[in-house]
Amino acid sequence: MARRDLWETPSMEPVGEGVDRRDFTKVCLMAAAAVGLSNSAGLKMAEAAEQGLKPSVIWLHFQECTGCTESLLRTSAPGLAELILDLISLDYHETLFAAAGHQIEEVLHQTMEANAGKYILVVEGAIPTKDGGIYCQIAGRTAMDILQDVASKAGAIISIGSCASWGGIPSAAPNPTGAVGAPEILPDKTIVTIPGCPANPYNFLGTVLQYATFGTLPALDDKGRPMFAYGRTIHEHCPRRAHFDAGRFARVYGDEGHRLGYCLYALGCKGPETHANCSVAHFNEIPGAWPIGIGHPCFGCTEQGVGFTKFVHEAATLPDGAHPPIEPEHGPTNAGWYGVAGLAAGAVIGAGMMASKKIADAGEEESS
Amino acid sequence: MTMDRRSLLKGVAAAGAGAAVTALPLEASTPKPEIPADAFGMLYDATLCIGCRACVTACKEANAMPGNLYNPPEDLSGDTKNIIKVWHRDQADQSYMKAQCMHCLDPACVRACMIGSFQKREFGIVTWDPTKCIGCRYCQVACPFTIPKFQWEKAMPKIVKCELCNHRINDETGKPMPACCEVCPKEAVISGDYRELLAEAQRRIDEHPERYYPAGAPKIYGAEDGGGTQVLYLAGVDFENLGLPDLGSEPAGISAATIQHTIYKGFVAPVALYGILGAVMWRNRRSGKEEE
Repeated sequence: MARRDLWETPSMEPVGEGVDRRDFTKVCLMAAAAVGLSNSAGLKMAEAAEQGLKPSVIWLHFQECTGCTESLLRTSAPGLAELILDLISLDYHETLFAAAGHQIEEVLHQTMEANAGKYILVVEGAIPTKDGGIYCQIAGRTAMDILQDVASKAGAIISIGSCASWGGIPSAAPNPTGAVGAPEILPDKTIVTIPGCPANPYNFLGTVLQYATFGTLPALDDKGRPMFAYGRTIHEHCPRRAHFDAGRFARVYGDEGHRLGYCLYALGCKGPETHANCSVAHFNEIPGAWPIGIGHPCFGCTEQGVGFTKFVHEAATLPDGAHPPIEPEHGPTNAGWYGVAGLAAGAVIGAGMMASKKIADAGEEESS
Repeated sequence: MTMDRRSLLKGVAAAGAGAAVTALPLEASTPKPEIPADAFGMLYDATLCIGCRACVTACKEANAMPGNLYNPPEDLSGDTKNIIKVWHRDQADQSYMKAQCMHCLDPACVRACMIGSFQKREFGIVTWDPTKCIGCRYCQVACPFTIPKFQWEKAMPKIVKCELCNHRINDETGKPMPACCEVCPKEAVISGDYRELLAEAQRRIDEHPERYYPAGAPKIYGAEDGGGTQVLYLAGVDFENLGLPDLGSEPAGISAATIQHTIYKGFVAPVALYGILGAVMWRNRRSGKEEE
């Protein structure tokens, strides 16, 4: 992609319409590259799409701000138009659909019937559970009901954003609606969680396109997060990490250290305990577009118990092994070494006895 | 060997008697050490420390110590005068700990230093004089906090320990500027006049008694411990977990002196030792004669 394209507002023209095969293959290759899949994956994607095997996607909104959708709308490789017109079939999405009311409700049911067991369910937003879940209802049904129903026939379930992954902002204390993430509502299902506020759209695209192309899901950790994106902490790949190691810190906003780009840990950066790839995959191809990149501490939006739970200025918990224990082990102190020390002590005593004997002998010689 | 046995024994006896004589007046010294008028110290508040180790780096820079933090030090050593360690029962219940010289009011190292290399000098800072040191390392053995370190790997080794940056004197105040206190982003460690620091520690306890250990009656470690130290600690966990031993209020120097003086009491132990050696020599001599 040409550099100037990075800075242009992505075109909202439906480029998928009337493109030739060559252009379309290019789009697929670019999409695959952007999300870290190989070229052959891009070609397979193009083949699958040409044969009309585009996966059907049902996108449910619950308690959230639609920020995840908004950030997805601003991807450019693939752009949203290519994504929803060429690569997937976005059959139900409450923000993007043109229809409304009974009409779209009908589409939801039709899609579920036609693609039963094959469609991808994307959940965006937390699900309220308090008072029977009455705090979020669509078409007279509670969010809990809708999710249970749509999930029962889904081929794959993806929770996008922290709200759908573990509760996010709606679940922050005092959590008035009893908001929880989708995994708590569907404990028996495999749910890919893409936490983040918003989630990095490329982590989502990578997962969707892998499923669309190969029918498989990426390797997941114990919280359902794809390892390719959430396998390490921000701290491990932070561009400011060298400053942390060398003990150079911004102490207050705007001070000399802050201007020089020093580590933000002392300002409350949660990078050491937050698993995400923000430090290497910046948002929407704008270099430096992520909190630490613009000089603000990471606030741990992806991590349950950190984001929206700890205060921004509160210090993060550093991983085990970052500091030595109070009494570090010093060298070998096993039985073998005590034996060696004993031998040495014995030798010294023996030498002392011999020396005293020699002194005695010498005295004798002198006196005789 | 031409050394006369009689002269050897005589020399040893004279040295021992000298030691006993010089040791005697120490035991009579007052148990409450005097606080130097210009006593300067530090106050470390473990509840504020975030473990960033800026102080460790600053210390190394200020004292021209080698080493970088890409390979961070494990403990105090010949090139580390100050270190941040961690104690934790679990992730939630943990505390950082800054270890460096405590600058005791009655330092055991000064008592143990046979040649006067270790002295409490200006600002009550315990300093080491390289021109006098003979490298016996008694200071290492005597220190209840195991602070003085020896440069084992060097041909001309030094004793290394924090000297409160007494080489960095502020032109205006005329007081030292410990580098660790300058860089701490959370003011978890501050430096200043010893009496003011005691008042500040007490003010923090009065303000947030729930934050500090032990619950109910928070304690300033160093106000009384070991006779008092010019580096004071506040913490949210048991001080013993942080490697600060329960010394009681007896001055550390007196404790060290008492141990040494007990060994030499009445000169019994040295006489017994040389008596045994003498007996061995006598036996060897007799068995030699019998062979003839």
